[in-house]
Amino acid sequence: MTGTQVMAETVPESDRCTGAGVSPAPVRRARADWRKRGEIVLLSGPALLMFVGFVILPVAMAAFYGFFKWNGFGWPTQFVGLDNYVHMWQDHTFRDAVVHNFAIVVLSLLLQGPIAILFALLLNQKFRGRSLIRVLIFVPYVISEVIVGTGWSLMAQDAGAVNSLLEKLGLGFLKQSWIADPKLALWTLMIIITWKYIGFAVILMLAGMQSIPEELFEAAAIDGAGFWKIQWNITVPLLGPTIRIWAFLSIIGALQLFDLVNIIWGQYISATAGTSTMATYMYQNGHLAGSYGFGNAVAVMLFLITLVVALIYQRFVLQRDTDGALTGDSGKARR
Amino acid sequence: MTTDSLRTTAVVQPRDRKGVRRAPKAPWGSPGLYLIAIVLVTICITPVLYIIIGGFRTNAQITADPSGFPDPWRFTNYSDVLAGSEFWTALLNSTIVAVGTTAGAVLLGVMAAYVLARYEFTGKPVMYALFAAGLMFPVTVAITPLYLLIRNLGLVNSLAGIIVPQIAFALPGTIVILVPFLKAIPKELEEAASIDGASRLGFFWRMVIPLSLPGVITVGILAFVGSWNGYMLPLFILNDPGLFTLPLGVQNFSSQYSVDTARVLAYTSLSMLPALIFFSLFERRIVGGLTGAVKG
Repeated sequence: MTGTQVMAETVPESDRCTGAGVSPAPVRRARADWRKRGEIVLLSGPALLMFVGFVILPVAMAAFYGFFKWNGFGWPTQFVGLDNYVHMWQDHTFRDAVVHNFAIVVLSLLLQGPIAILFALLLNQKFRGRSLIRVLIFVPYVISEVIVGTGWSLMAQDAGAVNSLLEKLGLGFLKQSWIADPKLALWTLMIIITWKYIGFAVILMLAGMQSIPEELFEAAAIDGAGFWKIQWNITVPLLGPTIRIWAFLSIIGALQLFDLVNIIWGQYISATAGTSTMATYMYQNGHLAGSYGFGNAVAVMLFLITLVVALIYQRFVLQRDTDGALTGDSGKARR
Repeated sequence: MTTDSLRTTAVVQPRDRKGVRRAPKAPWGSPGLYLIAIVLVTICITPVLYIIIGGFRTNAQITADPSGFPDPWRFTNYSDVLAGSEFWTALLNSTIVAVGTTAGAVLLGVMAAYVLARYEFTGKPVMYALFAAGLMFPVTVAITPLYLLIRNLGLVNSLAGIIVPQIAFALPGTIVILVPFLKAIPKELEEAASIDGASRLGFFWRMVIPLSLPGVITVGILAFVGSWNGYMLPLFILNDPGLFTLPLGVQNFSSQYSVDTARVLAYTSLSMLPALIFFSLFERRIVGGLTGAVKG
């Protein structure tokens, strides 16, 4: 992207063209400079204000509130230092929630990754009806988490459609208490998560596959490589960047998981069912309990854990693809 | 990461469109391929169909056979929901919030993206990095302090209290997607406009917006869908059922009528209808946009 570099030269130049001879060049240049600054402020100011005010500022305030015992009213006065954080880590329900979050991270990658790649490989061929299939597998991603949660909790309850269907298929011995059984609930959640987000993963992988030059496949086919051999030796390795970015998004999403758990398991049984997450813990013990000092401390912990995971991932995995979205500017992208 | 992936999308999108246009000529695949595809599609669609079809049953039918078909088909669940005011109120609230969010995010996003794409200044890399980093932190991280901020501003229990933060959280995605679109506008056009006497701002309104329309539409749709499906922010901010958006409406309805499963299913499927219609209208842009946006 060389456009921007050139633009900087262009403006004063064109300015000089139109206003040649009116005033000495340095003065005009300074005036144009001020005008440029004004335009920058005018155009980017509102967005920056909104972003800083409603995204950055709240996170910064959370870091402050987290040091207080505070019910959320008035100005926090009861300074408790790191007590909220100590209390959080001493609470086994929080530690459980962290463990659940990381289990969901790992299981999401292991379940969705291979399935998505496999289906994307199949759908990457040109055949009639492909676009219809692509639309249909994307439907679960488009409908809201609340609808997915409501529908699945009705289907998966003990007297629900899933158990009923198993019985009809002669698989009655597989009937389970899918939602309430602590041994199963996390897996039920994983099935629902996979169902909800697999379409997105497939679409992403397909987009990645379409940027692989077709000549490579043709050359391999001429050399006598079969379909699976081509996929394994050409498509999958070249899909690396897409897979790594998908995994990054999946990890961040899994760490922040809230909607589905809160809707299916509610605030109160998610901990006993073994599906609670840091976000549902924060909602229950901060917002619902009215302990805003503590709730904000949990928010800070959630932020720090996400940030550390994101930075580690950027440093060790994404580094090969990019200069780093956190530090790099738009013009620095490789290629 | 961001620009890299976005550039791929920019390349992929037109090719995608070409691919679809070529579709009628595509050959039939092998039977095995269709078998796998049918299995995949069945898994994806069955739960959705279960919700829709379940709404045509009675509670007695559902209790007797949870996984059966309606026998006979009953339309009363749907007509009851449509006759009540809850659904329409939630639909209206969702529409107001989504339209407001979309308008705000697109307007502010285009303006800021224009600066990032076509001006050169010292703080630019920092500004870009700030917005790009915002992509990694969805509303979950900020919701607890954000609730307090909204409350201090007196916006709790108002639709504005949803719209304003949603605009802020939609900005990173909007800006990161739009910057490459705006960079792609040839600088000769700007020179020509400037020679013709157009100011830079005039150029922005008269040339930039129309020329980057595909990108603007994509980010608009993404902001709309994100707002439409949003759950956490309304959950924290809204207490008054009269202000509930559709996701909260579904949750409220299903706890209120927890014994009336059939009616809950009818309400749920009606509330997914707008999203499905919207998706079928803009399918290609949503898919294309998401692969770009979320890759960032």
